[in-house]
Amino acid sequence: MIITTQNVNFFYGACQALSNVTLDFEKNRVTALIGPSGCGKSTLLRLLNRMNDLIDGTRVEGEILFEGRNIYAPDVDPVEIRQRIGMVFQKPNPFPKSIVSNITFAPRLSGVRDGGELDALVEESLKQAVLWDEVKDILDKSAMNLSGGQQQRLCIARALAMKPDVLLMDEPTSALDPISTAKIEELIDTLKKRYTIIIVTHNMQQAARVSEFTGFFYLGKLIEFSSTDKIFTNPDVKQTEDYITGRFG
Amino acid sequence: MNNLKQTLTRHLREIMIRKLFAFFAVLSVLLLGLIVLFLFREGLPLFKEIPVSRFLLGSAWYPTYDPPEYGIWPLIVGSLIVTMFSCLIAVPFGILSAIYISEIAPARIREILKSVIELLAGLPSVVLGFFGMVVLAPWLQETFDLPTGLNIVNASLMLAVMAIPTISSISEDALYAVPREFKEASYALGATKYETIIKVAVPAAFSGISTAVILGMARAIGETMVVLMVAGGAAAIPRGIFDSVRPMTASIAAEMGEAPFRSGHYHALFATGIVLFLITLAFNLIADQLSAKFKKEGCGTL
Ligand SMILES: Nc1ncnc2c1ncn2[C@@H]1O[C@H](COP(=O)(O)OP(=O)(O)O)[C@@H](O)[C@H]1O
Ligand SMILES: [Mg+2]
Repeated sequence: MIITTQNVNFFYGACQALSNVTLDFEKNRVTALIGPSGCGKSTLLRLLNRMNDLIDGTRVEGEILFEGRNIYAPDVDPVEIRQRIGMVFQKPNPFPKSIVSNITFAPRLSGVRDGGELDALVEESLKQAVLWDEVKDILDKSAMNLSGGQQQRLCIARALAMKPDVLLMDEPTSALDPISTAKIEELIDTLKKRYTIIIVTHNMQQAARVSEFTGFFYLGKLIEFSSTDKIFTNPDVKQTEDYITGRFG
Repeated sequence: MNNLKQTLTRHLREIMIRKLFAFFAVLSVLLLGLIVLFLFREGLPLFKEIPVSRFLLGSAWYPTYDPPEYGIWPLIVGSLIVTMFSCLIAVPFGILSAIYISEIAPARIREILKSVIELLAGLPSVVLGFFGMVVLAPWLQETFDLPTGLNIVNASLMLAVMAIPTISSISEDALYAVPREFKEASYALGATKYETIIKVAVPAAFSGISTAVILGMARAIGETMVVLMVAGGAAAIPRGIFDSVRPMTASIAAEMGEAPFRSGHYHALFATGIVLFLITLAFNLIADQLSAKFKKEGCGTL
């Protein structure tokens, strides 16, 4: 168990986006969060690395334990949490800088200055993200010239260069074409050996293909959480079954 | 039948409206072109009397002597020096205030500061000149024991006050336009707020900020009333920052009324206008280039 949420409620101002969410994320597994749009999947994901701190007027109740420690305890530095729990966003968002500068962004922040070490990190991260062969000759070119799928893999590489333990992905393929999507799914499969991955997805086939565990959310509540097999073949709750068979959502 | 008629009238109306807009657009461009043409027609005849180099680099401006001297080098130096010094003050103030307003200040303070800067932008330059003359000049004169408080420092400070709102508001727009996604990516990679501002927001807004700086400089070099009132008016190359200068704009404004129509002096003032026009044109072209380049490439390999 690497991350556990306990009775988590979350509010945007007066509007409650999550109610009483309790679930466990297992280490080195892929967990998918599914549910209709607006049910709070992104909100939960952004709670796990304290990205919601950046939005004014939000409030969290309950506990989120990362390796046994409540990340919302007053003495916890959100910067440290974000370094250990990386994030990939829905829309690829590389910085308008060179490919190298994108990858070395986080390592430089944490004080890596040595050129050789940075070069090694660039190569390693890009190889992990299966992007190295495509970009090794244009490392100094702007990341904005890459295709959408390449940009998304660059964003994954950029997060990996930080050497996180957990990778959060918020609908990472929703802006991509089918071929790029397949590449990212393959990538998730190789990455789970070393990282814990939590992925929000709109696409039920994707959840079924890449994840070991699936949580189904509806209107800010966790309706059902179980192994992906069970959720997709024999769910306990009628709402889950209705959703995965496409009867609503 | 009725329908067809309706379509036709609508079509006609569309065409009329388009023609109307085109007319006004062409008219304004035409007017501007005529003014530039006029400027050149009245300025160029000077070069039948003296060569361009003697005009630009000559160090004596004695337009009313006999024989007259039309060297505007001291005026060019005067313009450039007050512009440069004012930018030394206005650029840091403008950019830092823009960063504070767009990235750091709480909402309420942001609104207040934005109104204050707008107010500053709306201040008539003659009021600033007045302030420089009546408040700043005596203070400078006393504090530094100078023969006059109307000098480079005074003019630069007043011009800085004029350039700060330009630089600040354009930079702030540029920072505001930096996509939220970039900042989120930065935070998610473990950057703090200040690291995000310095490493992501400012570089992403770089083209806008450079445009702001150049437009601020153009504003300072073209400003007339302030320098006419507080720069002191000495048409000599300054030896120190407390010397008086006579920037090109001040010279034109002060002397145009006395220069006999189509005399050498008159042509020389127009020729000075041409120089000023070319300098501001260059500033604007550079600003355009910068923003076009960075729009295309992002901040590339910054
Ligand atoms: N920044 C925000 N401010 C206010 N309400 C928000 C904000 N972000 C999301 N919400 C609301 O919270 C609920 C859950 O949103 P979200 O977590 O983005 O859903 P999902 O990712 O499942 O589509 C929605 O009702 C949405 O309107
Ligand atoms: Mg979402």
